[in-house]
Amino acid sequence: MLRVVTSVYRTQYITIFPLRVQERIIEGLLWLSAAITILITAAIIWVLLSESVRFFSEVSIIDFLTDDEWTPLFAEKHFGIMPLVAGTLLTTAIAIAVALPIGLTIAVYLNEYAPARFKQTVKPLLEILATIPTVVYGFFALTVVTPFLQGIIPTLAGFNALSAGIVMGIMIIPMISSLSEDAISAVPRSLREAAYGMGSTRLQTAFGVMVPAASSGIVVSVILAISRAVGETMIVAIAAGQQPRLTANPLVPIETITTYIVQVSLGDVPHGSLEYRTIFAAGITLFIFTFALNNLSFWIKKKYQEKYD
Amino acid sequence: MTNADKNRLKDKAFQVFGVFCTFIGLVVLAIFLIDIIIEGASRIDWDFLTSLPSRRASRAGIYTAWVGTLWVLVLTSIIAFPLGIAAGVYLEEYSKKTKMANFLEINIANLAGVPSIIYGLLGMEMFGRIMGLGGSLLAGALTLSLLILPIIIVTTREAIKAVPRSIRDASYALGASKWQTTWNQVLPASFGGIMTGIILSLSRAVGEAAPLIVIGALAYVPFVPTSPTDEFTVLPIQIFNWTSRPQADFLVNAAAAIIILLLITFILNGIAVYLRNKWQKRVKW
Repeated sequence: MLRVVTSVYRTQYITIFPLRVQERIIEGLLWLSAAITILITAAIIWVLLSESVRFFSEVSIIDFLTDDEWTPLFAEKHFGIMPLVAGTLLTTAIAIAVALPIGLTIAVYLNEYAPARFKQTVKPLLEILATIPTVVYGFFALTVVTPFLQGIIPTLAGFNALSAGIVMGIMIIPMISSLSEDAISAVPRSLREAAYGMGSTRLQTAFGVMVPAASSGIVVSVILAISRAVGETMIVAIAAGQQPRLTANPLVPIETITTYIVQVSLGDVPHGSLEYRTIFAAGITLFIFTFALNNLSFWIKKKYQEKYD
Repeated sequence: MTNADKNRLKDKAFQVFGVFCTFIGLVVLAIFLIDIIIEGASRIDWDFLTSLPSRRASRAGIYTAWVGTLWVLVLTSIIAFPLGIAAGVYLEEYSKKTKMANFLEINIANLAGVPSIIYGLLGMEMFGRIMGLGGSLLAGALTLSLLILPIIIVTTREAIKAVPRSIRDASYALGASKWQTTWNQVLPASFGGIMTGIILSLSRAVGEAAPLIVIGALAYVPFVPTSPTDEFTVLPIQIFNWTSRPQADFLVNAAAAIIILLLITFILNGIAVYLRNKWQKRVKW
């Protein structure tokens, strides 16, 4: 049947010449639209590289990686990226520490415990968390979470990694919960029934059988969440401060890579200056982090995805 | 207590913990919305919507911000929708399973994972400097278009994938060409899914501040933009600016502007959910 249909269609192609031309033009245009996405990637890499190369012609890459101070906007300039990386990793770690246990518990609960109707109602509600603009979360972190935490920890500074990280964690809960939930529900029923048949409780079934069977999908969800948290900008720009420092202390102001880019963009740094190029050096560092994380997740997905069919 | 009892107890305990976790996010969300409404709702009046920004909090309004947001949304739609849908159609209907197609797919997944602020750096250099658009509406819209392009492509592909093979075969059997089939059958059949995707992508664009700050959108624009080459501000940037000020009065302004921004976001998402449900019910293959 299919062969007949396609042959009819091929004959048409040959006999009606203008239509054929038209078809080719349309296909070409469609192809061009798809190919633009490759141009975008190329442009991102080119922009980041070309400005960074100029930056690294003035600042040695060893200083960039080993200097423990980042003060490009001060009179005494230091160009060590590590304080910004530390700030980024600190807020990310806090966010994941919040989002992973909660998100994974939600995924397990919705799959193994909750009635189907409850699941159908709760999932879209949780998705609301992911649709709220991040600048709004920043406002929340600064004006609600920080004052609240200061009531518990009096030494907490007005700008700190803790509130920003916690709020960021709340934002990425739905990312971990829904991707993990998809992974767990892709595990075939027979595995769950086998576990029940052995006399396991729901908890034992969930963490002894279902979660391990879905582990690649869960790991992918966490990696994507980390990548999201590393690149998150407005929450940290509003609530975490603008003081690059090499610390793991969540109570003091810090600065992330993304905040630094915002800080310079808001100021009046002349184009073509070394200060201007620092944001591209910071940008390429950020890009390398997220690029590596994203591709790691694709690779895991491809390599370890269990096939149960 | 036997082992079985212990296990049953643990099972119950986890159930309680599960309910707790499921609701904690929603409870925080509720606290937050209530807090914002208490703080900001009384500030919203006609003057707030129609006033220009001002150094005095009580006089400042969001006129330039929401007009800027509207401009950006319209321009972004004009640029991103045709491109994204065309790319989605190509990848789903035309492209063969070659290495190239595989590469395109990985590339789009990668673009979806690039942080928005990196798109800002790209936009600042490409559109702002090289194309000479500076911090104009057009530069902002082009930047946001690149940002939402992967979302549109992915949702378009999913919508098209849901159209069964038999529809295409029937069209071909009647002598239609590939494009005639795509345009007259596949696209109308996947319209609901595509619409859902582009509205979700708009709701993403409406909340973005970081890339627009990087390309040089200003917090203080004393006039309403009237052409795509004008400088502009948007609601999220206005909120960011007011939040960064020390005076408490400006925080009230920020809360009020957040209410407006959330309204726009929720309305867009509501439309998307409505369309999705409507189409899922109506179309049964």
